[in-house]
Amino acid sequence: MRDDPLYRLRGIRQSHGTDFCLCVPQLDVMRGEVLGLLGPTGAGKTTLLRLLAGLTTPNDGDIRFDNAPFVASDLPLGTRRRLTMVHQSPILLTGTVRLNVRYGLQLRGQRDAERKVERTIDRLGLNKIASQTARSLSGGQCQLVALARALVIEPDVLLLDEPTAHLDPAHVAVVEETIRQLQQERGTAIVWATHNLFQTRRVATRAALILSGALVETAPTEEFFTRPADPRTADFVQGRMVY
Amino acid sequence: MPWAVNEFWPILMLSLWVSGAAVLLSSIIGIPCGIWLGLSHFRGKRLLAAVIHTGLALPPVVVGLVLYILLSRSGPLAFLGWLFTLEAMIAAQTILALPFVIGITMSSVAAVPAELSAQLRSLGASGWQCRWTILREARYGVVLAVAAAFGRSISEVGAVLIVGGNIRGHTRVLTTAVVLETGKGDFAFALSLGGALLLLALSINLLIVRLQGSRLLS
Repeated sequence: MRDDPLYRLRGIRQSHGTDFCLCVPQLDVMRGEVLGLLGPTGAGKTTLLRLLAGLTTPNDGDIRFDNAPFVASDLPLGTRRRLTMVHQSPILLTGTVRLNVRYGLQLRGQRDAERKVERTIDRLGLNKIASQTARSLSGGQCQLVALARALVIEPDVLLLDEPTAHLDPAHVAVVEETIRQLQQERGTAIVWATHNLFQTRRVATRAALILSGALVETAPTEEFFTRPADPRTADFVQGRMVY
Repeated sequence: MPWAVNEFWPILMLSLWVSGAAVLLSSIIGIPCGIWLGLSHFRGKRLLAAVIHTGLALPPVVVGLVLYILLSRSGPLAFLGWLFTLEAMIAAQTILALPFVIGITMSSVAAVPAELSAQLRSLGASGWQCRWTILREARYGVVLAVAAAFGRSISEVGAVLIVGGNIRGHTRVLTTAVVLETGKGDFAFALSLGGALLLLALSINLLIVRLQGSRLLS
């Protein structure tokens, strides 16, 4: 596997009005890694994911993807289709679960779509609801379908914004296992934003902490939890209020 | 009314032809305009939306009058030679139907959550694929827009009477025939024409309800 970073972020500043500013002086996302993005609500995890997804352009700074400039407003479709994001509040299309899962493949005009769709539906245990309309689903089921429609694409980069927030423990285990498989089979780079420290420890190869828009620390998961370099990280992983 | 039966079908067919053409034209122009307005953000959009919504209450006789002046022998559009022809009637009905198509399409597209566009792009949709999917999501509203436009066109009387002239076998449609027969005192025929008009509107709406519930739109 190539050891140069897939994403290279330098001097990123992204502000929303006067209240919030995300500052990422330096961050690399490596190929095939699972980067756990931790931080309290409103810290800037979603903003960072949207920057990585090419949905917003930073006010300042430079993002490179696969050694090429990464500018949201000028992103080639080929690059955009290498990455996908599962949003925290997914909006499903009118129609069945199967139609929603098929959508990304349909956009790409893939011929063996049905086989992939059925395999993904099966992996995430969506068989029973596959023919149901998206409108009839619960919040957790919607989240699973949103995950399925992202996984079926088999992207090079998977950006996950609290993908298991509404799921029961059994489904959380299924999702974690499915994503782990995808990462091992395809070497997919995954950035996984969550509040859940235990989940980050289970799934991530590296962890990062964002507090009030500032990237505090990035370290290999074990080191992040056992020997954090920043006292704020130590407080955060020990459950003390640091914001 | 022995002549009435012979006269009924041509009037019905002509009504369908004129209103069908007007709805088709207003849809071709209005749906893309409605989508664009629903998706775009620019200064003065709210004012433009207010103007379009005012168009929903456009008085047909005023449209007929203005069109009459434009198409009359001394008017700037006299060279078209459309006065007292089907073309003038179609033009009048298109003008009246257009605000319905644009306004309702615009509202339906704008009602689709704005965040959907970002989610579609993160699934790999191109700009066109994004817009097409949003239109698909707003399709019930678009169908409603076309239905409303048809309702406006088929039931309209003032404008087509002025620019069409209600010429027997040439520009006489259901609504103008009802006016004429009422004036002549042939209430039986006027009522049957009115009944046909109602049945027509009901059939179209039943078809739309059926379409909305069917797989064609799901």
